[in-house]
Amino acid sequence: MSSTALSLPYAYSRTNRAFSIFLRETRFEFVRAMRTKAFSLSVIGFPVMFYLLFGVMNRGGTVHGQIVAKYLVASYAAFGVVGSALFGIGVGLAGERVSGWLELKRASPMPPLAYLAAKCVSAVAFGLIIASILCLVGIVAAGVHLSALEYLGICGMSVIGGVPFACMGLLLAMLLPANSAPGIVNLIYLPMSYCSGLWMPISLLPKWLQHAAPWLPTYHLAQLMLRVIGYAPSVDTMRHIIALLGFAMLFLGCAWIAFARSEADA
Amino acid sequence: MNAVLEPIDTAPNQASPQAKCTAASLRVVTKRYGNGVVALDRVSLELRSGEIVALLGPNGAGKSTAVKLMMGLTSPTEGEVRVFGGDPRFAGNRLRTGVMLQVGRAPEMLRVREHIEIMRGYYPRPLLLNEIVSAAGLEGIEQRMFGQLSGGQKQRVLFALALAGDPDLIFLDEPTVGLDIEARRRMWAEIRLLRSRGKTVLLTTHYLEEADALADRIIVLNKGRMICEGSPQEVRATAAVQSGSSERHESRSGLQSVKLLSFQTKLPREQILNLAGVQKAEASGSNFTVTTSAPESTLRELLALDLELRGLDVRSPALEDAFLTLTTRQ
Repeated sequence: MSSTALSLPYAYSRTNRAFSIFLRETRFEFVRAMRTKAFSLSVIGFPVMFYLLFGVMNRGGTVHGQIVAKYLVASYAAFGVVGSALFGIGVGLAGERVSGWLELKRASPMPPLAYLAAKCVSAVAFGLIIASILCLVGIVAAGVHLSALEYLGICGMSVIGGVPFACMGLLLAMLLPANSAPGIVNLIYLPMSYCSGLWMPISLLPKWLQHAAPWLPTYHLAQLMLRVIGYAPSVDTMRHIIALLGFAMLFLGCAWIAFARSEADA
Repeated sequence: MNAVLEPIDTAPNQASPQAKCTAASLRVVTKRYGNGVVALDRVSLELRSGEIVALLGPNGAGKSTAVKLMMGLTSPTEGEVRVFGGDPRFAGNRLRTGVMLQVGRAPEMLRVREHIEIMRGYYPRPLLLNEIVSAAGLEGIEQRMFGQLSGGQKQRVLFALALAGDPDLIFLDEPTVGLDIEARRRMWAEIRLLRSRGKTVLLTTHYLEEADALADRIIVLNKGRMICEGSPQEVRATAAVQSGSSERHESRSGLQSVKLLSFQTKLPREQILNLAGVQKAEASGSNFTVTTSAPESTLRELLALDLELRGLDVRSPALEDAFLTLTTRQ
């Protein structure tokens, strides 16, 4: 009965099928992440809470002519998308790798790219939710003036920023043991964010930290976010994009090497 | 539950011409890990279309390495692995295989139905959702989150995932671990049904009873080597021959009649070891278990020596005994 009931045209195009697999995978990845309260509440909650503490409490404050509450909308949007990529992909995939679930997936006919892309898109979706909440809170509670174009720019940067940090998440997933992954990711994520000026205007940080910041991928994403609201010089835009691209390639390359080594020893 | 997976009318006809076709094979495969451990040592084996093969062996025997090689999850150090005549990594081959692995944790916040739907989506011609649900005995829990299921239910969901795509070749790694007797027998029935539909099944198991009940062929592995291969009856016979191999003067046919005797006696162990045909005698108090290659002679002498002997039981070595004999000799 099964063969007759399901006589779909076999030649139903391969790319079509891969795309529908990708869509289904993305939908369920997002649903799963949303249902996992430990993930969704903290990944959305932390940037918003920090913004309430440092942004809303500082409403009206300025640093070098920049409105702190507006600066922080952009920087916490970056903080949010980086968090959802590192936790969603890094911690999530590390758990799936160690539990053997990833092995089952790999032994199935699942297209690996569809799987990774689904995780990436889900992380970006969380980034967009966070950015939208931050913009709303900024406008309503901190009196920030934000044009529609600026809002769209922040969303666009959340999408672009998702890619290099998805690659970083992938690398962490390959390297970290599952049970200590959340702790280690926090140890990387929080200091990296602080040093890149995501928590407070970077001009308030010590001079030496400001010089070291360009070595961090989060710095470049923050600068791109700030560029959208006119708080960073436009001449450097290309430099930041290239830097993020470079970091993405570096993370992806290292993740690939780590994966190949683990497979040889599987 | 059997109704929905009833053999398709055409299945036997499709299966018979390829009855002797090879579904998957290892050819002189050696797998050495980075840390120097040799998981498989020049192993050759073959899965023929439409048969159930059980891979049996203690922990560290190389069972899961053999399965992983055939699933294309790792590559051999030496030798060749073939699935449907091609590389197991080839995506087209994966569309014809289904896999059940021991998984510590599957994504817990997805419903059973959602898990099955995702897996169905990977295959061009999957089974219907309700066919899968009833084949794996998941009626009534389709809407539950995976994380809320009991161990046995989780196991059945993983079994469902292996069936979802209606694959030709199915790998089952310890499929009935954690199942109660009823659920285990139900899964056995499903596995037999797969064979009747022309599917090839490779299962690894610790349960000898399971291999005995299900398998057309048993392959015993120990420390990376293949010790023996054959039908459950043949494996038992091989074990009997091997356990008697110290008695070289015995004829081969005589060795086939190895029996286990258990009884209660006051005779000392030394005296029993000296009886005709006795190869091994284990004593706990006055209870003895004796392995003999000439049961009639042993019994005649034994009964003459001890007129008060009680609780006599004569039986053929079970697969379990064969298994122990085979794996401890190495």
